[in-house]
Amino acid sequence: MSQSYNRGLIEDFGRWREFSAGMWAWIFHKFTGWVLVGYLFTHIAVLSTAIPAAGAEEAVLTAGEDVYTQTIVTLEDLLLVRILEVGLLAVAVFHILNGTRLLLVDLGIGLESQDKSFYASLILTGAITVASVPTFIAGAF
Amino acid sequence: MAERYSSFTPGGTSWLLQRITAAFLIVVLAFHFFLLHFVHHADEVSFLMSAGRMETWSYYSLMVLFLITATFHGVNGVYNALINQGLSGTKRTAVKWTLIAASVLLIAQGIRTANAWAGIGIY
Repeated sequence: MSQSYNRGLIEDFGRWREFSAGMWAWIFHKFTGWVLVGYLFTHIAVLSTAIPAAGAEEAVLTAGEDVYTQTIVTLEDLLLVRILEVGLLAVAVFHILNGTRLLLVDLGIGLESQDKSFYASLILTGAITVASVPTFIAGAF
Repeated sequence: MAERYSSFTPGGTSWLLQRITAAFLIVVLAFHFFLLHFVHHADEVSFLMSAGRMETWSYYSLMVLFLITATFHGVNGVYNALINQGLSGTKRTAVKWTLIAASVLLIAQGIRTANAWAGIGIY
């Protein structure tokens, strides 16, 4: 059963040596959540270039010379963007895996092995991210 | 490790909605990444390919639902994290309505974009 616990401010990073696995899981989940919600707004802003592109002539769209296609192609040509996409994948995978862990814990599953499942989330995030690098970098050079 | 770390008050409405949207997003976000990075590749993106997907009603509906749930989940998470860090009173009300306005704008802009791809006249 969970119990009340005075966490103090997690933003007081001077205390980081005192943090337990659960505290780190919470910090990482918050951090990745902030990144993902920030990215969601940026993502829709970039995709919105499809609105003016929809008015382009068929030949322009077929040639990929519309503003949407050109915006995406220009961004994807930048190595920095590809690296940021790998970072985004890492952030999303961790948030998904740790979020699944939180859902299970709320359902009463794995209460006593929360630290182990957090470490498993971290390792699996690392493995999936590293394995995805070739796919994410393809065509950037 | 019996301590519970969360920005949410367990059992509350926003806690429950956060969990329900999470369960949906786990599946759809993974599908989104897989489809757009592993089945299709980032350097192959074009307006016509994006339009081709969005013209399918099942895909369009899934993406609009994805946009709404992701926006709710993200903004609800931010709001509860701020409350958990001590946000209260007038500031809390101001933040709440700012986040609601930002969410409405984001969802409207996302649907306009989806409509532009799907060939739906309203955008």
